[in-house]
Amino acid sequence: MSNQVQVKDVIKNFDQVRAVDGVSLEIEQGQFFSLLGPSGCGKTTLLRLIAGFEVPNSGDILIDSKSMDGVDPNLRPTNMVFQNYAIFPHLNVEQNVAYGLRKKKLTNSERASMINQALDLVGLSGLNERSSNALSGGQKQRVALARALILKPKVLLLDEPLSALDKKLREQMQSELRHLQKAVGITFILVTHDQEEALTMSDKVAVMFDGKVEQVASPRDLYERPSTQRVASFIGAMNFIECKVLEKGKNLKIRDSVLGSFDLSKEQVSGVSSNNSITIGIRPEMISILPKGSKIKNSISGKVSDISYFGETTYYKIKCDIDSKIFNISAQNSFGHVDYSIGEKIEFKIDLKSIVGFLK
Amino acid sequence: MLLPIFSFNKSQIIAFPLTGFSLQWFETLLYQDTLHEALKNSLIVAISSCTLATILGTLASRSATRYDFKGKQISLTFILAPLILPEIIVGVSLLIVLIQLGLSLNIWSVILGHTLLIMPFSIIIMNSAFNNLDVSLEEASMDLGENRFGTFYRVILPLVFPGIIASLLIGFTLSLDEFIIAFFLTGTDTTLPVYIWSQFRFPKKLPTTMALGTILIFVSLILLSISEYYRRRTYSKDFVLSTEKEPTKPIKINKD
Repeated sequence: MSNQVQVKDVIKNFDQVRAVDGVSLEIEQGQFFSLLGPSGCGKTTLLRLIAGFEVPNSGDILIDSKSMDGVDPNLRPTNMVFQNYAIFPHLNVEQNVAYGLRKKKLTNSERASMINQALDLVGLSGLNERSSNALSGGQKQRVALARALILKPKVLLLDEPLSALDKKLREQMQSELRHLQKAVGITFILVTHDQEEALTMSDKVAVMFDGKVEQVASPRDLYERPSTQRVASFIGAMNFIECKVLEKGKNLKIRDSVLGSFDLSKEQVSGVSSNNSITIGIRPEMISILPKGSKIKNSISGKVSDISYFGETTYYKIKCDIDSKIFNISAQNSFGHVDYSIGEKIEFKIDLKSIVGFLK
Repeated sequence: MLLPIFSFNKSQIIAFPLTGFSLQWFETLLYQDTLHEALKNSLIVAISSCTLATILGTLASRSATRYDFKGKQISLTFILAPLILPEIIVGVSLLIVLIQLGLSLNIWSVILGHTLLIMPFSIIIMNSAFNNLDVSLEEASMDLGENRFGTFYRVILPLVFPGIIASLLIGFTLSLDEFIIAFFLTGTDTTLPVYIWSQFRFPKKLPTTMALGTILIFVSLILLSISEYYRRRTYSKDFVLSTEKEPTKPIKINKD
C-alpha cells in the first residue's frame, strides 16, 4: 500500500495563533484515518488545509505524490463532508447530489443512474425530489455523503460529521460509515473529538494537542501503549503513579511502595530520561478486586472511598493502606459480581503486563 | 389620511361635509400630458436608480461581509451617511458639486442623487442577506468542483435573490416618492412628486393632484409590502443546523 496523502512539516498561523505547528503525516490508500484531539487542537484546520480551504504558511501537502501547493479546492481530488453538512437549501436532494456533476460530460441516463446509485448507497433511494428543508439531520448527513462520493474522490474528508446527531443515530452512523468506507475503498480522513468514535471507526488515529501530532497508532496501540501521559488520559482513564527506577538494563526494574518491585519491558516504556524517576500508568479495568477473604501474593489492600455507578460498570476509588495512595478501579457489573460499599476493606491486584511507563 | 378621502369627493372644494362619491378626479388624470411626461421621467429615474443602487449595494455589502480590508469601516460610514443626513443637505450639496463640475441638470443628475439616497437601504438589506449565508455553503460548492464564478452564480445568487428583490422594490418606492433631491437636481425633466408640488399653485387642480397622491400612496404601500415579504424570505442559517431525528434506512453496501 502506498502513501496517498503526505503532510510534510505543515505550519499554519492565524494572526498570532499557531493552529498547526509542524505536522507531518503519512496516510495510506484505503485507510480510515482519524484526527483526534480536544477542541482547538488544530485538527479541523489540518483537514481544511488538506481540502485547500486554508493555505499553509510553510510545508507541503501531497496527494498521490502531487504537491497541492497553489491548487484550489475545486481542483483537488478531495471531497468534504461538512460539520453542518452544508446542504444547499435552495436545491432538492437530487440537485444537491448532482451538484458536482455539471462539469462532467454525461448523458441524461448516465447522470440519472449515477444519482440513483449514490442515493442507494447511502440509503436514500426514492427521495430524489424531497426538498432539502424537509430532511432530518441524519438524512442531511447522507445527502452530504452521497454528494461527495458521487464524484469518486481519492480522499474523503469528514469534519466531525456525527457531532450533530443524537447518540443512537450516531452509533448507527459510525458502523455504517465504517462499512461504507470498506465498500468503496476510498481513503477517509475523519476529524473528531470523540475518543470512542475514533477508536471504533479507524484503522489509524493521529492524536493532536496544541497543533502538534502527539502519537499516530492503531486504535489498540493507542489505548494499550499510549506514548505520553496526555494521550493516555485523553483516551480513557488512567491511574498515574510516580515510581523509582532501580536499574536500567534490558528491562527497567521499578520499585514502588505500594506495587513492590517489578520489571517493565522496552515496549512498555516510552520517552527518554536522565534521572531515575518514572511515571507509570495503569488502566482502571486492569485492576481487579479479589473475592472476599482471599489473599494472594502481591495483592494490595485498601478501603473504598468513593463509588460512581455507570450501569454496566462501577468505578471505585480505593485508598491504599500504604501511603494512602488512591487507585481508580472499574469493575464490570456482570453476572455474579459483588457490590462494595464506602469504607469497606478490599484486596486487589494489578495486571503488571498492562502497565505503561512514561520517562521524562 | 384625509387626502384619499377628498380625492373621492365630488366637490372641488376641500372641506367637509363630503358632497358625494366620484371618480372624476381620477378620470382627469388620464388627460394630462405633462403628468404623463412626469410619470415617464419618474419611472425612468426610479428603475435606473434602484437597479444601480442594488448592484452597487450588493457588491459593497458582499465585500464588507466577506472580506476585511483597510478603511472598510470609514467607507461604509460614508456610504451610509445619506441615511442620517437631512435630504435637503444632500440635495443642496449635490447641486453645488454638479454645478461646480459644469454638468447640466437633467434626468441623469436625479438618477445620481437617488442612487446615492437608495444605496444605504440596499446595503443594509443585502448585508443581512449575506450575513445569513453560511460560508460552508460556498466552501461546499468549491469543494464539489465549482470555481468562484460558478459558486456565485449557482449558490450565492439564488440564496440572496429575495434580498435583491426587496432592495429593488424599496429603492423603486423611495425614488418614486422622493421630492427634495429631485426638486434640486431636476432640470426640465420633472418627476412626479415635483410635478405634484407645482400643481398645488392651482386650486382648481387640487382634487386631481390629490387623486394622483392617493394612487402613489397605494402603489408605494403595495411595493413595500411585497419587498418586506421577500426580505423575510431570505434563507436563514438555522436551516443548516436544524436536526430532528427520523428513522433512516441503514446504508446498503454495493459491491462494485
